[in-house]
Amino acid sequence: MDIARVDQIIDRYGADESYLIQVLLDIQTENNWLPQEALERVAERLRVPLSRILHIATFYKAFSTVPKGRHRIHVCMGTACHVRGAQRVLDAVQEATGIKPGETDLELKFSLETVNCLGCCALGPVMEIDGKTYGKMTPAETAEALRNHD
Amino acid sequence: MSEVRLQIDGQEVTAPEGATVLEAAQGAGIPIPTLCHHEKLEPFGSCRLCTVEVERGGRKQHVVSCVYPVAEGLTVRTRTPEIERIRRVILELYLAHAPEAPRLKALAEEYGANKDRFDKESSFCIHCGLCVRYCAEVKKKHAVGFINRGTKKEVAFVPDIAARECWKCKECFPLCPTSWLQAAYVLVEGILFPREEQRA
Repeated sequence: MDIARVDQIIDRYGADESYLIQVLLDIQTENNWLPQEALERVAERLRVPLSRILHIATFYKAFSTVPKGRHRIHVCMGTACHVRGAQRVLDAVQEATGIKPGETDLELKFSLETVNCLGCCALGPVMEIDGKTYGKMTPAETAEALRNHD
Repeated sequence: MSEVRLQIDGQEVTAPEGATVLEAAQGAGIPIPTLCHHEKLEPFGSCRLCTVEVERGGRKQHVVSCVYPVAEGLTVRTRTPEIERIRRVILELYLAHAPEAPRLKALAEEYGANKDRFDKESSFCIHCGLCVRYCAEVKKKHAVGFINRGTKKEVAFVPDIAARECWKCKECFPLCPTSWLQAAYVLVEGILFPREEQRA
């Protein structure tokens, strides 16, 4: 992410210190993660110590200080999904992407996370790709859904 | 500035308005144990060891004396059996993280805390924030800060700033109640910036 773009985001909020989290969220949304250069720029422009920005960036799960893939996969491991075979869905995702929960592949295509409930247990086993819900998944359908993303 | 009268352990004490109960007690020579308190820094209230009982209008409550302001007619008790128990448990929890820290061991002896009560989880840091706050408030360098949260919270040096500033300061080292900070610094130094390069 280039610094000029970071500057644009900062300027959107008038380089005001109180908009720190909003600035970080915008960078996160656009870039999928918070690179060090971007955080250093934010620290400099908003006059906030870098240590405080790191404190905030590591505190909230919405932020990532390591690269994330273009597509975010969330596999539900909640009780209802678990008894309906969430583990097999997760295995299928791991098989197809080659990554474990918490990891990102080298091409920055997918990031995989497990979650404990997506709030739609009747659809179990459930997974989400980029916020879109895929219900009643079978391992074959899971692989198919992943193939439609690049 | 107006004075406030209160009673600490049966002793009449006056303190300036806006002072904390801890400051009032220290002014009167009544000892209250602390770990995260430092006179040059803003009160933080993280270690909870300075917990005391205050009574006001017939209601008793336990408060953290380093952040609790004095008030007219307040009755403070710094050593009740309940307070002793609270401090003992706090110390036992800290000792699970840093079982050999001399300051903790001395306090543990005083309060009868058992260092083996809880399973060891030797993180060596008790999150008192002295290093973080000293660097930010006194030195204004912000070379060390907290990262992550909950059980994964830890102090971490910002490598670029630490490489520039820390070798000539290190004033936070003696503040650390468990000496963990020093080890954390040496680790960062060893991994992220070679010492000779900085001095050259």
